[in-house]
Amino acid sequence: MIAVQDRKLALWNIGVAYAAFLIGTLCGLLQVFIRNDALQLPAWLDYYQILTAHGVLLALIFTTFFIFGFFITGMSKSLGSFGPKVRLFSWVGFWVTLLGTVMATAMIVAGEASVLYTFYAPLKASGFYYVGLALVIIGTWISSFALVGHYRVWRKNNKGQLSPLFAFMTITTIIMWIIACLGVVATVVFQYIPWAFGWTDTIDVELSRTLFWFFGHPLVYFWLLPAYMAWYVIVPKILGVKVFSDSLARLSFVLFILFSIPVGFHHQLTEPGISNFWKFLQVVLTFMVIVPSLMTAFSMFATFEIAGRKNGGKGLFGWFTKLPWKDIRFTSIFIAMAFFIPGGAGGIINASFQLNEVVHNTLWIVGHFHITVGTPVAMTFMGLTFWLIPYLTGRKFTKAMKMLGLVQIITWSIGMLLMSTSQHILGLLGAPRRTAYSGYNNHPSAMEWFDGILTNHVTMAVGGSILFVSAMILIYIVVMTMFLSPKAVEEKDLVDFPMAESDMSRTPKWLENWWIWIGLAVLLIAVAYAIPLSHMIQHAPPGSEGFKTW
Amino acid sequence: MHLHKYEKIWLVFGIASLIVFLSVVGVSAFSQDHTPAGGMETIDPKKVNETAPFDNPGVTQLDDDTYQVAIVALAFGYTAPELKVPVGKEIVFKVTSTDVVHSFTIDNTKVNMMVVPGRITTKSYTFEKPGTYLILCNEYCGTGHHMMYTEIEVYEE
Repeated sequence: MIAVQDRKLALWNIGVAYAAFLIGTLCGLLQVFIRNDALQLPAWLDYYQILTAHGVLLALIFTTFFIFGFFITGMSKSLGSFGPKVRLFSWVGFWVTLLGTVMATAMIVAGEASVLYTFYAPLKASGFYYVGLALVIIGTWISSFALVGHYRVWRKNNKGQLSPLFAFMTITTIIMWIIACLGVVATVVFQYIPWAFGWTDTIDVELSRTLFWFFGHPLVYFWLLPAYMAWYVIVPKILGVKVFSDSLARLSFVLFILFSIPVGFHHQLTEPGISNFWKFLQVVLTFMVIVPSLMTAFSMFATFEIAGRKNGGKGLFGWFTKLPWKDIRFTSIFIAMAFFIPGGAGGIINASFQLNEVVHNTLWIVGHFHITVGTPVAMTFMGLTFWLIPYLTGRKFTKAMKMLGLVQIITWSIGMLLMSTSQHILGLLGAPRRTAYSGYNNHPSAMEWFDGILTNHVTMAVGGSILFVSAMILIYIVVMTMFLSPKAVEEKDLVDFPMAESDMSRTPKWLENWWIWIGLAVLLIAVAYAIPLSHMIQHAPPGSEGFKTW
Repeated sequence: MHLHKYEKIWLVFGIASLIVFLSVVGVSAFSQDHTPAGGMETIDPKKVNETAPFDNPGVTQLDDDTYQVAIVALAFGYTAPELKVPVGKEIVFKVTSTDVVHSFTIDNTKVNMMVVPGRITTKSYTFEKPGTYLILCNEYCGTGHHMMYTEIEVYEE
């Protein structure tokens, strides 16, 4: 078991994550009912306010705090207890991120920031909303540097050795995150904040969008990589085998440093100000980032087969039935992975240049989001939560909780399947995203969208309601394992952190030479962005004043 | 670094598929001109109503086979009087915004344009079927976002 102070740190992070999850999922429930015109909000509350809260609290806050809770636990376990400086900076990072969260949320509640979590200018929120978001990023940087410091101490004490796989992957994710955030920090600090407080009159809209998406796509990898860490490092241990290939796991992670950043234009394919050449170049780079995911898929199924055969599975697919399906720690993550197959394929469609016109800003994108971050990432985090909290609190993960966990995972899967299928089809038909009830005055074209068996308003609402029930079950499990479940006294009741062994004997040392990967990443970013970005700045139109259209 | 034989096969297959996908997209884009909406023209967002072609929004015939449609998007509608265009002719849409970011999206077509203040978005499209098409905004623009729509009529000559 890791040091008690490190446990406290991790638990606070996870606690905040689930507070955000509670409010965020409640917003989601309200949305599905407003969308089908079944619910009228009171005058002081607006659909887009709730939508902003849903996006910010789930996509940004729940993920970020959970990820740091997971990192802190795993880093303390794999590299040893934190020193006083690392601990101090981890707390400072935590409080700064929390302060930013509270500020941004207060502005949303006050109706001063119904600009969604993408906050596209020239929608102008209160300056404190942008300051809040900036603090969230700065807080994560402080927490990140604390973990990097911990890692450096370990490296100094273990000269010439490769770090444990969990630590290696944590550092990879952090490096990618820090480079990615430079874009959003630049736009928020130099464009939004001076403009929102009235120090400058106008803002260059296209530039702000471009800097946002420099950050926006690697942001999704910041959610995904910790899930991949669980798949690479935790799952084999649960299955009783080793990591399939240490060097491939590391290689796939460093490829994410290279290719997850210079790809932001694929979110801007249908907009002006970027020429087709540069859009297409970034489409090509986007396809490169699929390669490490293909490697991951192979490693996972190889791990499953090895484990299944070890348990006596015979024939071509017999091993599949020999996997520990009754172990909720495994089943949850397996379902999460299964959702990522259509999720990843949908991503390839979205990034396919002109094909993007068919789906851009339709409900398809919302569906895509929910079967990428909303299930593969979120459900992996749920699968981790089941044992991570008892591990940190020293409480039992009781039989009743295991049963509830199974119910929670199954309901989440069913709810998401209904809701996201409906959203994907509606999007293909043309229904727009990010709208309240969108009947367009009962326009016949709009009415047609909602005619199908899967695409009618009821299906999405049923899906959303099941998801909310599932979320509440999860909150119950979190509260129980955090505060109320009986303490584990006997050895057999102690919950362990399953961290698989990884054979590093054949892993090349250059994989852990970070300067190679940072250097290559900077080079690729320069290739992908330098010319179109400088063109955008040099040929900028007169800027835009702010608008508050809500 | 050691690669399992099956992993090599899987990666070769995967990367080959990606190359095929990209080639299809790239050839279609650059040799058949199937590129998404875009354009490099700029405009002063405060002077849209006095800048051509937006000083006279709507349909203009450019030559026998080409029409231009100039549209100004603003919260929460489009200044585009009487949108009527013929079927089977090239229609060049030019759209800009006087306030926030919007989209100009025609249901059941590939016309799906982001509209950014300070920029002019261009998309060329040829309607194949006559009828009345729903035009809507699919980029969040404020309280009335879900009520921002208009129509375009495509007639047979």
